[in-house]
This record gives sequence, structure tokens and C-alpha cells, in this order.
Amino acid sequence: MRHIISILIENEAGALSRVSGLFSARAFNIESLTVAPTEDASLSRMTIVSTGSDDVIEQITKQLNKLIDVVKVVDLSEAAHIERELMLVKVRATGKDREEMKRIADIFRGRIIDVTDSSYVIELTGNGAKLDAFLDAIDRTLILETVRTGVSGIGRGDRILKV
Amino acid sequence: MQLTGAEILIRCLQEEKVEYVFGYPGGSVLYIYDELFKQDKFKHILVRHEQAAVHAADAYSRSSNKIGVCIVTSGPGVTNAVTGIATAHMDSSPMVIISGQVPTHYIGQDAFQECDTVGITRPCVKHNFLVKDVRDLAVTLKKAFYIAKTGRPGPVLVDIPKDITNQKCEFEYPKTISMRSYNPVVKGHSGQIKKAVQLLLEAKRPVIYTGGGVILSDAAERLIQLAQGLGFPVTNTLMGLGGYPATDKQFVGMLGMHGTYEANMAMQHCDVLLAIGARFDDRVIGNPVHFGEVARKIIHIDIDPSSISKRVKVDVPIVGNLPDVLDELQKLLDASTGNPDAKALAQWWKQIDEWRGKKSLKYKQGKELIMPQYVVEKLYEVTGGDAFVTSDVGQHQMWAAQYYKFDKPRRWINSGGLGTMGVGLPYAMGVRFANPKATVACITGEASIQMNIQELSTAKQFRLPIKIINLNNRYLGMVRQWQQMFHGNRYSESYVDALPDFVKLAESYGHVGMRIERPADVEPALREAFTKHKNDLVFMDFLTDQTANVYPMVAAGKGLSEMILAEEL
Repeated sequence: MRHIISILIENEAGALSRVSGLFSARAFNIESLTVAPTEDASLSRMTIVSTGSDDVIEQITKQLNKLIDVVKVVDLSEAAHIERELMLVKVRATGKDREEMKRIADIFRGRIIDVTDSSYVIELTGNGAKLDAFLDAIDRTLILETVRTGVSGIGRGDRILKV
Repeated sequence: MQLTGAEILIRCLQEEKVEYVFGYPGGSVLYIYDELFKQDKFKHILVRHEQAAVHAADAYSRSSNKIGVCIVTSGPGVTNAVTGIATAHMDSSPMVIISGQVPTHYIGQDAFQECDTVGITRPCVKHNFLVKDVRDLAVTLKKAFYIAKTGRPGPVLVDIPKDITNQKCEFEYPKTISMRSYNPVVKGHSGQIKKAVQLLLEAKRPVIYTGGGVILSDAAERLIQLAQGLGFPVTNTLMGLGGYPATDKQFVGMLGMHGTYEANMAMQHCDVLLAIGARFDDRVIGNPVHFGEVARKIIHIDIDPSSISKRVKVDVPIVGNLPDVLDELQKLLDASTGNPDAKALAQWWKQIDEWRGKKSLKYKQGKELIMPQYVVEKLYEVTGGDAFVTSDVGQHQMWAAQYYKFDKPRRWINSGGLGTMGVGLPYAMGVRFANPKATVACITGEASIQMNIQELSTAKQFRLPIKIINLNNRYLGMVRQWQQMFHGNRYSESYVDALPDFVKLAESYGHVGMRIERPADVEPALREAFTKHKNDLVFMDFLTDQTANVYPMVAAGKGLSEMILAEEL
């Protein structure tokens, strides 16, 4: 099962390596990991997407809680939540492809944020499936480069992860 | 008043009432050693290798429940210490390790004796810190001591760059510390404890299985009260020995890979299992699938939630500090109108006594060759069962655990988790510093002892009257046993040639050496060592039967009740 685990962690040097080291040391999966400081600069928020049986996910949350710098751990996928990922795609855009690329980007609510006479950079947000669908929809041979942030997640409504 | 980082460190250690610091100086810690020189509130024990400093501090802690402290220099000082730190980590021993680091502006420049200490030690410490500002030093040390001893204990490392130890700031040692990210649970969940009481009173075939947690949390007395009140059989893990008196009739022996027949059978066939401060590891329950084939209810009390339902799913998890939880449990039991099922219990004990009848620890001592088990039994007799016993790792460790009957906690000091050869002698040193009047024996083998043999020099410098019981079979015994049993008698690299003359070796360090070759000489030699040479370190080199194996044995991956007994071979 795929789980989205959110962590509040002290924003200290080495915090990321404590988390990533734990995953490799205990042979837990990481599909993606994102991290950045929160509105309180002393805390970082991490979103980890992992797969595993319920027992494994239970161990992951327990082991994360055991890290001294970790303040809170929540399995977002246990209840209603929103997940988003940002992707930047650089595509070749010349001749008739230029118009077609713009059209597909519009359909996916993407934005073109860099233009040259032969390329676009398209910015797209959504869940992973939507980003995959966009890549499937365009002519693969036109893709020059892609970069994805990995998933960020947040609980819906009253589910708040805060100190 | 402004103090330098080095002065602050010394003051912090004094504030923590540290008695001994085990260590080895070097370039990055020179300011620290300079301040150490100027004070006399605590003593520094100079070892001969950093690994031994950590082991000694570890055993100091294990045998006293005070925090072991050591100081090592940067680079190789730290890498040498890593085995010791990992050993302490696996057995949850509370320690603070101070490591020197190259000056802050050199970090990352591949400076002389630089290594990424925080990176290298991260997976084998409870927590570690790199101090980048002298103003953070005191509070970091306070946190280190707090983290080391609270919750599930463990080693905490503080890496201090050299320039920090020479910079000044105002010193104030925080009286208390609170961390929003670290709040270990103390009290157990009362609803869960109620459920546990219910299960215990309904049990027909109960077993109490306890581990190192009982020792670490000083919960032995409460365990005894609980177990004797209930009349249930008790088994200890290797790390839990001494948590329940081994000479008590309710004690069924150690369980696990080399546990007694009765302990393993009871563990496998019980209907209610009360696990206290233990973690169901592979050497204890064998194959978890086989273990799970018998239906039983499991109550698991532990301070570390991640130890619960890790290898075996439990029915009643209770997270909390053992003494607190056991007090609560006892209170509820005392208040309960119910009683343990006496009839069922009598039936269960009858079954256990039948298993006991197998006498799974029996061995034959002939006239020619010394059996290693016999040496441990005689050691037990000669020391009145009252010694602190350290061991190294291998066959001798198992024999020590099987035949020295520990009645008190913190008397049995060994590396259970990491299984580190070479701990025995430095452990014995640490024990003796923590217990200056105690009788200390180190049960070892000719291979293990050579992994930290240089500490004979430290032992001389500090006049430590350790008795080294060297069970010398000229083999890496446990490796040889596995090769005999599972690798077609191909003794690949397990025979040790060119051994030193241990008697002369001991003498060259200024100690007493003895060689014992005949069974009849075992007891007289031990008596001589513990009386005539009471105040000397005596290296007793026992030449033992080379073919002796440790039994019973649950082969790796097998089920607990699938034991190989001595007579079956």
C-alpha cells in the first residue's frame, strides 16, 4: 500500500540525513521525499511517499517518531488529504508542435513559463497521475527535460499538523 | 565569568557528577586534556585503544546505572570508537561520547585527522550533535546526558571542533532541559494494563519472558514481586540474566538459541506470554513463523514503541517505563478479586518439570580434558555466585550465561546485540571502576581476548585485579561449531595457530599468569587466583576440550522447540 507520511522536524543541519539514513538502514522504501522549512523557520516539514504492508508502515512511523529531532509524524493517507506535485517540462516547440503543445498544456491547466524560438518550459501541478497523464499526452520525442518535486501533502479540513 | 569551551566541557562533566572519563588524547582534544589536567574532581582513565575506552565506559554504565563517559580525538580516534559505540547502541547502554573535531573552518577540507563523525556514527547512536558555536556547548551537553539516560537509553555523541574548545563565552549549566521533539513516555496506558491483568489471571500456561530492559530500568525487584505473587515461570534473555534470580525455583533458565529445553518449550507452548523489556529478536524466538504457529496471547511492556510488534504481533502493547508500569500492574493485581488459576498452573508446572527432566545442560567431565562448562561452574562456586562477570563473544559467552547463575541484576556484562569480540577485558575494567571492591571475572577465549589484549597495560596502570578466565580451545569455537554442524566439518580459518604463551604475556605486562591443563587443577587454581592473588590481575589460561559444543541449540531459522540436544549428536 502507498502511504504519504508527513513529518515536522527540527530544522537542524543533518535532519534530512537522519530521516533518509533511517529508511536505507532499515530497508524501507522511499518513492519520494520533499522537505522545506515551514512558516516557523525552526521547523521543517517533510512529505515522504512510501510503500509497504501495514506492519512496515507502522514500523516506519514508530522509527521516525524515535528520531530525536522529529517533533510529529502523521500518516496523511489514513484520512482525507490532498497531494500535489510540481513538474517542470522543457519541450521542443517548433513549427506545428508549438501550437499543439500550448493546447495540451492549457487542457492540463499547465502554464508556459519560459519561451524560446524552439522550446517551452511548462509548469504543471497536480497529483502524480495527472503529471503522468500529461507526459503520456504529448509527443514523447519532444521532451527535452523533466523535473518533478515529489509529492507534498496536507490533510483536509480540521486535520492540522502543527506544534 | 567567561570560560573557554574546554573549561565549559569540564565544568559540565563535573555538574553531571561524572566520576570517571575513559579516553585517549590527540590533536583535536588538546585544549580539553589541558583543562582535564588542571582539575581533580573526576579521574581520567587512559586506555590503550579508543575502542576499549568506549567499552569500559559502557560497562561502567551497565554495572552501575551511572552514565559512562569517554573522550576521543577526531578521525581515527572516532573510527576506533565506532565499534564500541555500536555495541553500546545495540544493548541500549546510556553513554556520552565526546569527540574532538578539526577546527570549524577546516571541516570539509579533508584536514589531517578529519572524518565526518556525525555522519559515521549517526546509525549507531541514539543521537549526535556537532557543536558549531561555543555558546551552544553547555546546553548541548545537558541535552546529551538527558537523552542518553531517559526513554530507551543509548549512546549520545557530541562532536566538538578544536576552535570551539578555545573560544570563550559565559558559562551557565542549565538545571533542566525540555525538548519539544523528545518526550519519552513514562506511564503505561491504564486500559491496556487492565487488559493485561485480565489475561494474566485467565492464563492456564503462562510465561514471563524478560530482557535487558528490566536490568536497564532497575525493575528487577518489581519483577520478582510480580512473578512470585503470580507463581508463573520466568525466563530471561541473554541480556536479561540477573533480572530474576537464577537460583529461584520459578526460573526456567535462559531461552533462545542456546536456552534451556524447558525455557524454550515453555515459551513455545504457553497460552499467555508476558514480555517485559525484551524484543523477540532472532536469537531469542528463532523463526517467527514457527513461533506464531501456536496460538497465544502476548502482553508486551516496553519503553520503546518500535520494539513492540516489530517481529511478533502482540495483543496487549504497553508503552512505558518498566518500574512505573509494573507498579501499576501490581496495584491492579493486588486490588483484583481474581486469582491465578491454581489448578491449571499446577498442571503447567508439572509439564515444565517434565521438560526440566531432560537436563539439557548436562555434560560429562572426564579425567583428561577440561570441559569449559566445568570451569564456569567452578568459577561460580569459588566466587560464591557473587562476582561481576564479563564475557567476550562466542561459545564461552554462552557457557558463562548457562552455567554462572546470576541472582542479581547488573552482574552479567556482555555484548548481546552486536556480539562484539574484544569487549570482555575493557568491560571488566569499566565494571571495576564502577564497583571498586567487587570481584570481577572476565570469561573469554583465546581469540576474543586478543582483540583488546593491549588493555592488560591499562589494567596494570590502574591496578585492576581482574581475573581473566581464558577458555582456550585453540579454535574460534562458535565458528568451528557451526562449521561442524552446518558446513560439513570444513573448518575454514577457524583454527588459531601461533598463539602466544599467555602466562608469559601476562607476566610481561606485570600480571600473574597461570596455565591449567587438567580437570583436577581447575578448582585449586581458581581458589589460588581469588585468594592468594586477590589483588592481582590473574590471567588463567585453561586448555579446554577442543570439541566441546554449546547445547541445547536452536539452529538459525528453526523454531524454538526444534532444539538439538547434546545427546542427539
